[in-house]
Amino acid sequence: MEVKNWVRLEFPSESENVLFARTAVAVFASQLDFTLEEIEDIKVAVSEAVSNCVIHAYGDCSGNIVVICKYSIDELEITVEDNGCGIPDIVQASEAGYTTIPEERMGLGLVFIHELMDHVAIASEVGKGTKLLMAKRIPRSRE
Amino acid sequence: MNRYKIDNFMKMQSERGGAELLSAETVNQALIISLEGELDLHTAPPFKECIDSYLAKNTALRDLILRMDKIKFIDSSGLGVILGRYKLIQKRGGKLVFVACSPHVYRILKLSGMQKIAYFTDSIQEALSL
Ligand SMILES: Nc1ncnc2c1ncn2[C@@H]1O[C@H](COP(=O)(O)OP(=O)(O)OP(=O)(O)O)[C@@H](O)[C@H]1O
Ligand SMILES: [Mg+2]
Repeated sequence: MEVKNWVRLEFPSESENVLFARTAVAVFASQLDFTLEEIEDIKVAVSEAVSNCVIHAYGDCSGNIVVICKYSIDELEITVEDNGCGIPDIVQASEAGYTTIPEERMGLGLVFIHELMDHVAIASEVGKGTKLLMAKRIPRSRE
Repeated sequence: MNRYKIDNFMKMQSERGGAELLSAETVNQALIISLEGELDLHTAPPFKECIDSYLAKNTALRDLILRMDKIKFIDSSGLGVILGRYKLIQKRGGKLVFVACSPHVYRILKLSGMQKIAYFTDSIQEALSL
């Protein structure tokens, strides 16, 4: 991947930063040839990933979240990283409806991310943190 | 329409930023909520408190009608709150209706499987006549 441009955001795990993160990424992504609908998809995916860091990774504690966006000629890649509690079983966590907070959550965030992005990879270590990578292909000249 | 509740909600919202309650009114057994803005992790809790206080105060309320045309963004945190309220009204035999969703919001609602449990209409009128 020959990186053409990139941006790195780091912020504390406050819920108001979810809006900031998805908006900032959307502005960055709008340099590219995405449709408005694709930009909306990216916003939802970023919102889900960052919300998961706030809710699950850090819970009642606070920590930092790092979002890195970069693009090559054919792909926008976004990584969302935390140093929180980690995910013991990534396959289970990615199942539709699986959530560790069933009283108020639907277990849909990771499903949305898989649905809205073209490529998703998650690396996690319990007690160390989680890194979620997601990419969306940049559409070629739409005629 | 309960001015106090709305003022309170506005106050909470201005402290939190994000979504804004435009109006809340009750028609027969239905609670009609109009919202504006972005419904996410940050803005969903006051929205939840507002609906819950209406439902707690007026036990005759059964149906929840959500006017969506001014909702610019929704994610799983917003959907979770809506699903939670659905479970409350379901116990009363009520229904959940989404009115005038934008194409993008509709897409997210569909992805979540909401169309299996809720109704979708273009107008409040239609929602009330279901
Ligand atoms: N960054 C993270 N750190 C720790 N655990 C995580 C992280 N992201 C996800 N998880 C775990 O994976 C589960 C599934 O995540 P997912 O986003 O799909 O659902 P949810 O956040 O529980 O519910 P929803 O997204 O519908 O509000 C979570 O309940 C949580 O246990
Ligand atoms: Mg989630």
